Amino acid sequence: MSENNCCCPSSGCCGTSAIQTVSTQLTFQDRLGAWKVRWGIGRMNYTVDPGIYAVGNPDEKSPVLVSANYKLTFDTLRRHLSGVDCWLLLLDTKGVNVWCAAGKGTFGTDELVERIKAVGLSEIVAHKKLYLPQLGAPGVNAHEVRQRTGFFVTFGPVRAIDIKPYIAAGYIATKEMRTVRFTIWDRLVLTPIELIAAAKVSLMVFGVLFLINLFAARPFGFLDFLAYAAAVLIGTVVTPVLLPFVPGKAFAFKGWLLGAIGTVLIVWAYGWFASSTLLLAIGYTLSLPALAAFLAMNFTGASTYTSPSGVLKEMKTSLPFIALSLLAGIVLILIKTIIG
Amino acid sequence: MRHKYLKNATTLSLIAEKCTGCGKCTEVCPHGVFDMDDGKTPIVHKDLCMECGACALNCPARAIEVNAGVGCATAIIKSWFTGEEPTCGCSDNGGCC
Repeated sequence: MSENNCCCPSSGCCGTSAIQTVSTQLTFQDRLGAWKVRWGIGRMNYTVDPGIYAVGNPDEKSPVLVSANYKLTFDTLRRHLSGVDCWLLLLDTKGVNVWCAAGKGTFGTDELVERIKAVGLSEIVAHKKLYLPQLGAPGVNAHEVRQRTGFFVTFGPVRAIDIKPYIAAGYIATKEMRTVRFTIWDRLVLTPIELIAAAKVSLMVFGVLFLINLFAARPFGFLDFLAYAAAVLIGTVVTPVLLPFVPGKAFAFKGWLLGAIGTVLIVWAYGWFASSTLLLAIGYTLSLPALAAFLAMNFTGASTYTSPSGVLKEMKTSLPFIALSLLAGIVLILIKTIIG
Repeated sequence: MRHKYLKNATTLSLIAEKCTGCGKCTEVCPHGVFDMDDGKTPIVHKDLCMECGACALNCPARAIEVNAGVGCATAIIKSWFTGEEPTCGCSDNGGCC
């Protein structure tokens, strides 16, 4: 599982080279890289080599912090370690963040045990303590690691920013440090990826609409595009950002509600509720909120608090409505488009 | 503002007789679902559970049961088509390098 030979750089990751010291300052390159992966550019290949790294001037008594080899994770972690002398043990999570990798099992017991042996951690430090990010816990069984390696696993705070206070407090995490948040900023930085994914699918939709326009009595135009784009934005950006403030609990409902408000306002502003274009107005009012509902439902995967049982429950209730509403709306719009 | 998700959906359960009150679950739970109380560790905020499975995996007494997985609609839809377990990660082009 932890075989990573194809990911080794040409500079040789498998030799017995000296341990590399990493900076706690991010460069412009690091920040640009972070921005790019948020927009989905090179996101699946944003890695650092797994293994052991030094921060500051660590010695055999210095603490060992364990993390993932996603560069965004690595950068966030080291940025918050200025003035700390410690070791970083990066597991090979294939460039995935700690929490998702723990869910997959790549940030897992086996990988940690193998990585401890591979870097010869017992020769580097004189103690038997490891500090893991708390969100690694879904993948790492602490008592099993102890049985297999002799190392005691302690789960530290959720966020890298709390590591220094945590160390200063004698390795005691407050309840605050243990709790996952999902602030408006946390949500906002996740929306570009959702928007990009929706935009890619939209290109196919536009292709189909272009073909329909070749023989349509009422071709699709800029106003139709705006209404559609608004629904996509509502589902992928507005609903996630406003998440806790939107009534309801199911993500699909939240997306549908905002989508319905947005669509009705836009279609009304167009004056399409007049009798000659009523079919179109109803068609959009049925289909676009359903689209926003579906897109918002997909944000469950980005959220930090939805359970699979809950998501399944939500999907079973909402998907039939979404599908029917979408289908009925599309049929009405097509009738108007073709007949005029 | 606190996020709230659907009620009575989680599969989390605690076998009270097995619980030794070690408190490991309070250490690993990201949503404060457990609380220490008189040497036992009861579930106090069940509806906050997101079924990540950290507690069950790290319970030395195996007193916690939960169907752990990812709460992601995209992953669940994908699993309907592939027939595999829903997994986290939007890496269609993933793989190694």
